[in-house]
Amino acid sequence: MITQDKLKAEDFVARTGNEAVAEAMRQINPDVVAAYPITPATEIVQIFSGFLADGLVDTEFITVESEHSAMSACIGASAAGARVMTATSSQGLSLMAEVLYIASGLRCPIVLAEVNRALSAPINIHCDHSDTMAVRDSGWIQIYAENAQEAYDNLIQAVRIAEDQEVKLPVMVCMDGFIISHGLEVVRLLKDVQVQRFVGPNKPAYSLLDVEYPITVGALDFTDFYFEHRRQIAEAMEKAKTVICKVGEEFGVEFGRSYGFFEGYKMEDAEYGVIAMGSTAGTAKVAVDELRKKGMRAGLLKLRVFRPFPVTELINATKGLKAMAVLDRADTLSTNGGPLFQEVCTALYAEDHRPKINNYIYGLGGRDITPFDLEKVYQELPKLAAGEEKAKPRYLGVRE
Amino acid sequence: MKAPNWKEIPPGGVIAKGGTAFQYATGDWRNSRPIHDLELCINCLRCWVYCPDASIKVKDGKVVGIDYDHCKGCGICSKECPTNPKAIKMFNETDFGESHPSEF
Ligand code: SF4
Ligand code: SF4
Repeated sequence: MITQDKLKAEDFVARTGNEAVAEAMRQINPDVVAAYPITPATEIVQIFSGFLADGLVDTEFITVESEHSAMSACIGASAAGARVMTATSSQGLSLMAEVLYIASGLRCPIVLAEVNRALSAPINIHCDHSDTMAVRDSGWIQIYAENAQEAYDNLIQAVRIAEDQEVKLPVMVCMDGFIISHGLEVVRLLKDVQVQRFVGPNKPAYSLLDVEYPITVGALDFTDFYFEHRRQIAEAMEKAKTVICKVGEEFGVEFGRSYGFFEGYKMEDAEYGVIAMGSTAGTAKVAVDELRKKGMRAGLLKLRVFRPFPVTELINATKGLKAMAVLDRADTLSTNGGPLFQEVCTALYAEDHRPKINNYIYGLGGRDITPFDLEKVYQELPKLAAGEEKAKPRYLGVRE
Repeated sequence: MKAPNWKEIPPGGVIAKGGTAFQYATGDWRNSRPIHDLELCINCLRCWVYCPDASIKVKDGKVVGIDYDHCKGCGICSKECPTNPKAIKMFNETDFGESHPSEF
């Protein structure tokens, strides 16, 4: 860890999540950015195009006519061997959906800055996780940030994770719309040279433009080979688990902030836990502190990586809990709980000793969640543990 | 030969060499067949330029036939052929019964 005396005041700057992510993109200096940005991710690409106009990056910037085309252009550039990035949000990500599967299927290590927000209808531009949850099985790695600092750090790490020889999969770096994307926070930026050194050079195995060694990308793959290629993606996801942790630890050694699958907050002796993703984790920490003062052994498990899903690590992290609540900022509308709830239940089902699990769907369309709301969630947990309350998906913060 | 397993093939379905489309016959769903007439042909090579499937076979600057393993029967070659009567005419595949063009 970096000690306090090594930190200088000028290392800290005020940045919104979007500004911090655009800054990381400038420092990474990708070969190609293709984008048709949608609110609230718009700013990322807008700021980045400013850097381009000022001659601060060498990037080939392709303005396209839709998100579908943006991801298509990214794939072409990536197949040509370029380091490629884009940014989007919500409906834009939905419009990309078809092409997202192609990016992962062709093993293009594209990095996408994604600003989470609700899907229409009704029309709403505010935060929830419906957009990324809708594409959770697209073969993209998904990393979620609690704040602007993490969004910045995650974007830098994403390049290394995506381009790792064992992985070669695209990565979505997610941050909560408006709450993080537009919230002004204190962020500690790295120096350009530190970022450049950390991400290192891109080493593509092939290039579509190499006329000396012609290749075919995206050939027909029938009953005889398609299955084998899909199996390879599953294996790459498995390998990504090691790489994500390795890169997160290395980042910590270099810059004093290490990352893994989770951040546990007061989990060591916790009996009652909440698992959450994104900015809500910050709110939950406040609730945990309050409940600790009142004598409850409360803890928080902040999940950073949703794809690949860290099954073994989740089992270990929740071993000591009597009961836990899974917070979902998206609904599957299956009447069987939110997407994170389903993952958590599946992961823990085979364990003999597992906590009782409840599910709360909250914050849809940017509905605020307060420390007070979260305290109530924790206070329900002893009843669940005692068997006085049955586990069932419920809605937190909706007017009943 | 045993087909390779998932660990033995290049990731992402990349085919790491060129010209492989040549080895994969895709002409079997053609429903019109172009027939080239050596007598009428003036070797202007318009058909060769326009064929979207590189299926006009040319040797020493002269059209020598059609690659029926890859020709899709679009008829562009015949349409673009400037001679009168045309040196490439289109025929319905059913006119040839079951016979494969290579036997023709
Ligand atoms: S019919 Fe079409 S595909 Fe076949 S040789 Fe003529 S132009 Fe080429
Ligand atoms: S376009 Fe007609 S005349 Fe010209 S080369 Fe082809 S077949 Fe011969």
